[in-house]
Amino acid sequence: MASPVRTPAAPTRSTGRPKRRWGATVFGVVVLCVMLFPLYWMVNTALQPESGLLEVSPFPHSLDLSGFRSAVTDQGRNLLTSLAVALGAVVICLAVSAPAAYGLAQFRLRGTRTIVFSTLITQMVPGIVIANALYSAYVDMGLVNSYAGLMLADASLGIPFAIVLMRSFMVAIPREVIEAAEVDGAGRLRTFVRVVLPMSRNSLITAGLFSFLYAWSDFMFALTLNTTDDVKPITLGIYQYIGAHVGDWGSVMAASVLSAIPAAVLLVLSQKYIAAGITGGSVK
Amino acid sequence: MSTTAVSAAAAPAPVTKKAAKPPNPARARLRRRLAQWGFIAPAVIFMALFFGYPLVRNIVMSFQDYSPSTFFTGSSPFNGTDNWSNVFNDELFGKALWHTVLFTVGSLIGQFCIGLGLAVFFSRRFPLNGILRSLILLPWLVPMVVSGVVWRRILDQDTGVLNSFLGMVGLGDTPWLTSPGMALVSVVLVNIWIGIPFNMVILYGGLQEVPKELYEAASLDGASAWRTFRSITLPMLRPVITVVLVLGFMSTVKVLDLILALTDGGPADSTQTLGTLTYQNSFVQLDFGAGAVVGNILILISAVFAVFYLRANRNEGK
Repeated sequence: MASPVRTPAAPTRSTGRPKRRWGATVFGVVVLCVMLFPLYWMVNTALQPESGLLEVSPFPHSLDLSGFRSAVTDQGRNLLTSLAVALGAVVICLAVSAPAAYGLAQFRLRGTRTIVFSTLITQMVPGIVIANALYSAYVDMGLVNSYAGLMLADASLGIPFAIVLMRSFMVAIPREVIEAAEVDGAGRLRTFVRVVLPMSRNSLITAGLFSFLYAWSDFMFALTLNTTDDVKPITLGIYQYIGAHVGDWGSVMAASVLSAIPAAVLLVLSQKYIAAGITGGSVK
Repeated sequence: MSTTAVSAAAAPAPVTKKAAKPPNPARARLRRRLAQWGFIAPAVIFMALFFGYPLVRNIVMSFQDYSPSTFFTGSSPFNGTDNWSNVFNDELFGKALWHTVLFTVGSLIGQFCIGLGLAVFFSRRFPLNGILRSLILLPWLVPMVVSGVVWRRILDQDTGVLNSFLGMVGLGDTPWLTSPGMALVSVVLVNIWIGIPFNMVILYGGLQEVPKELYEAASLDGASAWRTFRSITLPMLRPVITVVLVLGFMSTVKVLDLILALTDGGPADSTQTLGTLTYQNSFVQLDFGAGAVVGNILILISAVFAVFYLRANRNEGK
């Protein structure tokens, strides 16, 4: 939005003529259309009735909401399950990683480097390997087919990332601020809650956002740690849907649209956090 | 408050009553240490349970005989290297390994080249740049299974939109997902689509860090766009490129969701990778020992690249 105002002042490259710039915009729009076409097609298919054995027409001529109706009937409960599991995972993730990030950033403890190092390494362990071992442990502990079990497993997807991200943020909090609070008589815990957490709000939001997305998109733990239909997130629901209802693509796509909505909403609401999270969490 | 802060920073020990009260400074320090570890302990315990334990357990399991009956009887006797030799003698393992290599290398090349192209493109100033750039992230935020399901519809041989579109130029009727020769290519193409936004964002971030003066100097010297890209952009981006490629590798080598949603590993095991094979062995055949063997190999491959990552990371950070 601000760029048309600013550009005349900063002709960094020689291609600064207005016509060329609108040419780039056109090209950008074309790229975007190609990249987003599958998502458009998902919405388009969802709005067309019983399109399983026919070609889908390029536009939904008459809006048919029966796909959405049956998706809500069949998958509504799974959507709520996903929501509950993802929110639970976010709470666990932040509760575990925020204090740790603070400790690793500000306390001078021996072993800090080793812990940060192992945190980086855990991000590289393939999920299926974790599921492989976790399954038998879960059987022993009675955590298979339970909300708590899936929340814990899904929280593990976000925790290493959250620690790394929040730590890199909390390192920048001046030691004087924390010492001042402690001198004023606040205990260590109160300092953390009253001073450190509010100052790190942005990184908490980013970490929470990403752990929500990780948990929401999780398919592998949902697939492996559940043997009954008691706890079935939407990702697993859709996967089983295509197995059972290949003819009814309208409903499958409607369910897909519903499952993609949180991502779309999050993107709109928190663009800057998402970009910060993708770059911050991976490069640092 | 500000005065106390300054004095506390200057001489931390003798400031408040807290330091004056406990007679034994060693015990006070121990208590402080314990309180500080209290912040970190939950995370350490969590990671030990959810990452450390599985790693160890997988190694142990790969030497144990797990069968469906194990879950009733609870006994899983050790069987030496039986699992390992079974897996290595299975023709499917070699296939899965080869598919993993093709899938990973193909995906990385595609994602990286297109991602870099787009990052360079979006580094130019033009109207609506910011909005277009953030909308391109959308595919990356949709659950991978969902992307897989949507593409499965698009790539359908008879009724999918890609073939009906290609049909208009006389190229229709490609069996994207149903022919063993084509399925892996399709899976790679879809995975490239998924990886583009991530590559683009990180590389775009890296490009913003390249000092503008270098480009000005280059244009004063009359360097061509290609020459500038090769001699300035690429060398300056090198650390970021390493990180992108290694992270891309780590996430590609373990892809499971996408392949299951697109092809379920078929047709005729033509899209079976080490990830899906681990799943098949453990959760479909219920032979967790064999699953653990394949999983350990997957970890071994990842570990080699983890070393690269950490090295790249260290050069970047300190």
